[in-house]
Parts: sequence; structure tokens; C-alpha cells
Amino acid sequence: MSQTLAEKFYYLMRLGREFEIRCKEEYLKGNISGFLHLAIGEEAVHVGAVVGFGKGDIFCPYREHVLALARGIDPRLIMAELFGKITGVSKGKGGSMHLYEPKMDFYGGNAIVAAHIPHAVGAGYARKLMGEKAGVLCIFGDGATNNGTFFESINMASLWEVPVLFLCENNYYAIGTHISRSSALKEIYLKVRDYMPAVQVDGMDVFEVYEAVVEAKKYIEEYGKPYFIEALTYRFEGHSMADKGDYRSPREIEMFKRRDPIDILVRKSLKEGWLTEEQIRIIDQKVEAIVEESVQFSLSSPEPSDEELYRDLYCGVCSDVIP
Amino acid sequence: MLYREALNLALDYAMEHDQRVVVLGEDVGFYGGNYKVTDGLYVKYGPKRVIDTPIAENSIVGTAIGMALMGLRPVAEIMTANFSMLAMDQIVNQMAKLRYMSGGKLILPLVVRMPQGVAKQLAAQHSQSLEHLYASVPGIYVMCASDSITAFHALLYAIKMDDPVIFLEHVLLYGMDFPFEYLEGFDPFRARVLKEGKDITVVSYLKMVHDVLQACSWLEEKDGISCEVIDLVSLRPIDFETIYKSVKKTKRLAVVYEAPKTLGLGTEVSARVAEELFYFLDAPPLRIAGEEVPIPYNRKLELLAIPTSERIYHQLLSWSKNHGL
Repeated sequence: MSQTLAEKFYYLMRLGREFEIRCKEEYLKGNISGFLHLAIGEEAVHVGAVVGFGKGDIFCPYREHVLALARGIDPRLIMAELFGKITGVSKGKGGSMHLYEPKMDFYGGNAIVAAHIPHAVGAGYARKLMGEKAGVLCIFGDGATNNGTFFESINMASLWEVPVLFLCENNYYAIGTHISRSSALKEIYLKVRDYMPAVQVDGMDVFEVYEAVVEAKKYIEEYGKPYFIEALTYRFEGHSMADKGDYRSPREIEMFKRRDPIDILVRKSLKEGWLTEEQIRIIDQKVEAIVEESVQFSLSSPEPSDEELYRDLYCGVCSDVIP
Repeated sequence: MLYREALNLALDYAMEHDQRVVVLGEDVGFYGGNYKVTDGLYVKYGPKRVIDTPIAENSIVGTAIGMALMGLRPVAEIMTANFSMLAMDQIVNQMAKLRYMSGGKLILPLVVRMPQGVAKQLAAQHSQSLEHLYASVPGIYVMCASDSITAFHALLYAIKMDDPVIFLEHVLLYGMDFPFEYLEGFDPFRARVLKEGKDITVVSYLKMVHDVLQACSWLEEKDGISCEVIDLVSLRPIDFETIYKSVKKTKRLAVVYEAPKTLGLGTEVSARVAEELFYFLDAPPLRIAGEEVPIPYNRKLELLAIPTSERIYHQLLSWSKNHGL
């Protein structure tokens, strides 16, 4: 594992963590509203997946701030979106659950569980038809894998040989219902093993996620077929800001917090000499400044004008390829 | 030209001129389509562009959305509108919302075609008219075709558009033969005045248009009442301008549709005309529509559940007699 990679992981995971801690503060201040789903605790999955996948389209659910940051979307534009400002990445019309930047192949957050999974399959189909190899990364939670649309999409992707990496972040809870009470199969990757290669990884170890995703990407590009990874992880916060998460025992939460993905990364990197205390300090300072700047940018950004209400509903144009 | 041939011609023409156009749905390829609308396309364009799907309506529309996001121009077929209820999430929550939620960044050049309406003794789960559900959703266009000319031109227009379109067909129209001609500058957002008249404006769409035309010809021959018949091609948006213009002239509005009367498309047309033209009207708007029941299997009961040309005639006649004609 190279030093540059460890540095990149640490920067993105720390950025994700601090960005979301600040989101929480700004939510409590009233600057952010609606549903806010934090990925605190799940950063290794998001960062490892996006960095490991590299070039290619990303489709994901509503818990997507860290994914958007890892893809390289300007933190100011993400924060401004959460503030509902016109400068936001979706012009303040989407909010936390709907960050999109097609120029960076980021097809963003979807607020209906499992609904974006067929989008990823269609996108992969289109990319393959157009002769492109990169494929599509599709992320979803364990709850989505009990939904009919998930099974429909898995079947289609396998049947049509579509280059999609299905990445399930299993945090064990579908909002407040533990996987043992919602899924007949506890090992999610077993649900699809007859359709495509499927593996399970430790989602608290960014290196492990990264390596599995790199492997999967190679397979997708070489064979043009789908692949499935289940990453075991845990969200340290509630499902959203509206949820205290108190259906989980303090002992359970404590147990997972001892496996904080950022601590695991730091311990391993210091031990292996991939990172120094000094580097970490510099990154921490940089992250602090970026997050602060994103908030200042959002505070000083204007609200959308009244005209925006009816803007962006339709393109209102026709293609001229067909005479 | 048969109605289904006109639809086929539009698809064929679009696929021939634009490599990005793909067709997907249950049985659309090798089998040629359950109503034969896609007949011949599989052989001509191959299985990569004419895609047979599993019976998975939500993911048919879902994958079509993903294809559209990547720059293809998919035309998805849902075998009947009844089955589109399984795709309501993708249609209502996804295809109608993605562009707006992304601040205009996502573009969805996508058509979802489906036939609807009462055919003959197919019972309640194969006989619904559901246009009002789709026409009530901002973010999509809803078009429909009552004959071969509109079938060809409106479908082709829908495929060319960069916005998502729900395209409704009627099961009983597929095998019907209509005159055909190529039109320059066809605009699906303009309602068609199929017949001019001075006493009553009758607004309809899809198959009911033909029952209305029959009823109106009887009214003219037997009772000397002259109807102006308007065929809505677009159900979202509705061309109120054409309707208002006609109603200002005739001072009477009737709307005829096959769906149950309550909250149907005609309810909206009547309400708008009442709001906008109340002082022009010589009669309260009339809705002639389906009964408030699931469509029964028995043929006698089935025909009682929907407007027929005879009943349209009698209802228009008694209503106009009661209101000064």
C-alpha cells in the first residue's frame, strides 16, 4: 500500500467526518433542514469504494455526502445544497438526499430505497452498448436488499451481463429494524451468489474495501459483467437527525466505535510508516479550513429567486438527430 | 394504415435515424410485442437495441431511466397500463423528479408507452384507464393518440423530446384502420379540432373520440345540434387555449372519457372551464364518463360501465334539451 494512497484515504475520511459533524451542528442551528442522514462510521466504505473504483458512474442512496466529497465535488457546493442555496450543487432544489454532478459521473442520491439500483443497471447497459468499459458503481444499504426492485435489478444485470459493481453497505439496520428481523438471509452476499461473483469484506478497514473494489473493477472491465461486494459497517449516528438510534444498546454502539474506521486507518498507517503524525496534523488543519469555508460560502450564498420555482422542470427541447 | 403500424413506423423511423434509440419491454423483441407494435424491429435492429426484459415493470422503467441518463433514448413498453402500477415508483418518484431535483443537471430523453382502456371481457385488472394518475404529476409529459396520424407523429415527437413522456395508447385502437398522411410541423401540445360546430364543445381523447364523433353525427342528423369535437393529444399539459376558444363560441362544454367520472381528466377540464369561462356558459359543464366500478367481465355489465356512442348521444341530447337547445 502506497503512502500517497494512505494520505488520500485519511484526507477524504477526515474530510467526510468533519464535514458531517459540522452538518450536524448546522442542522441544530437551523441552517440545514429536512432529512439529514450522516455516514459517520461508514467512511471507509464510501472512500474505499469511490477511490478504488476510479473512473465510472456512481449511483447511490440518500446517505451520500461522503461519496460526493470522495468523488471530488466541491465541498462548498455540497454544503450550500444542504443550506438550500442557489449555489448548491442541485441549485437548492434537492437538499442533502439529492446531490448530482453528471460532469463528474456522479448520479447521486436517491431517497427511495432501492430505486436507483435499476438506474445503475440501465446506465451500465448504455455504457457497454456505447463501447465504454468503465462500468458503474452502485451503492445501497442492507435494507434495500429485501426490496423487489433489488432482485429485479440483480437478475437483469446478470442476465444482460451489465458491468455494475453492486456495493452493499451493511450497517445491520434498516432504520430501526435489525437485519435479523428483516432479512431471512443474514449474509447478504449469499443472496446474489448464484447470479454473480459476491464477496464480503470488513467495511471498517478502508484498505480492505479498496482492494476488494479494485479487484471487482478489474473483473467488470475485463468481462463486462456484474460483481457484488458486501461491506460490513456501522453507523455511529441515528438513521437521520430525526432518529436517536436508541434501539441499539450502548454496549453495541461502543463495541463498533472501538472499530472506528478512521482510527483503524491511522493505527495501521502509522505502524506501516505510510503516514506521520505531522502529516495527519497538516491534513486536519486543511480539513478544518475547508469545512469552515464551505459553511461561510453557504451562509453568504443567496436564496433561489422566485423564478426558480418553475425552472428545471422540463428541458423543452427536441433532439435534431431524427429528421 | 393500422394504428399499430403507425406506432411501429414511428419507432422504426426513429431507430433508423438515431442509433441512441432503443426499445425495451416484455416480449417486445423476439416475440414482436403483445400488440405487435414492435413487430420486425428485433430482426432489423438486433437484441442489443430491441431488448426483451423480464416481467419486472419497476425495473423496466428504472433501467430505461439509467439508459436515458447516459445519453440513450429508450422507449420502454409496459404491456398494459394496469401493469404500470408496478412501475409507479420509477415513473412518479424518479422520472418525473430527477431533472428538477438536480437543478436541471440530469436529462431524461425517455418515453414509456402503454395501452389502456376497456377491450372486450378482460375483467378488472386488464381494463383500466389511468391517464388522470399520470396527468396529475408535474415533471412528465403525458400524450395519447386517437388515430394513426397522431400515433405516428406524436410518438415520433415524444422520442425526439429531451424530456420524459408517458405515451398512452388504447387497446381497441391497435387493429383499427385510419387514413394516414405525413404532416409538417406537427405539434402534440395543440389539441385537434376534428369537427367544427356551433352548439356544444365536446372534448375527448383516445378511443372515446370515435364514439363521440358517432354520437355527434347522430345529434346533427336527428336533432339538428351541431357539435365541435376536440381531441386532446396532450393530457399534460392540456391545451386549454383551444378548449376556451371553442367554448366561448359554443357556450357549452361536455367532456367524454372512459375512466370513472370521479377525479378523471374531464373533472379538471370542467373545473377549469367553470373557473375561467363561467359567465360565457349557457349550461353547466357535463362529464360523460365511466361508472364508479371495477370493469366487470360480463359483456352486458362491461358495456354498462363505460360510455358508448348511444349513451353519449342520449346524455348529450337530454343535457342540451335541459339547457336551452
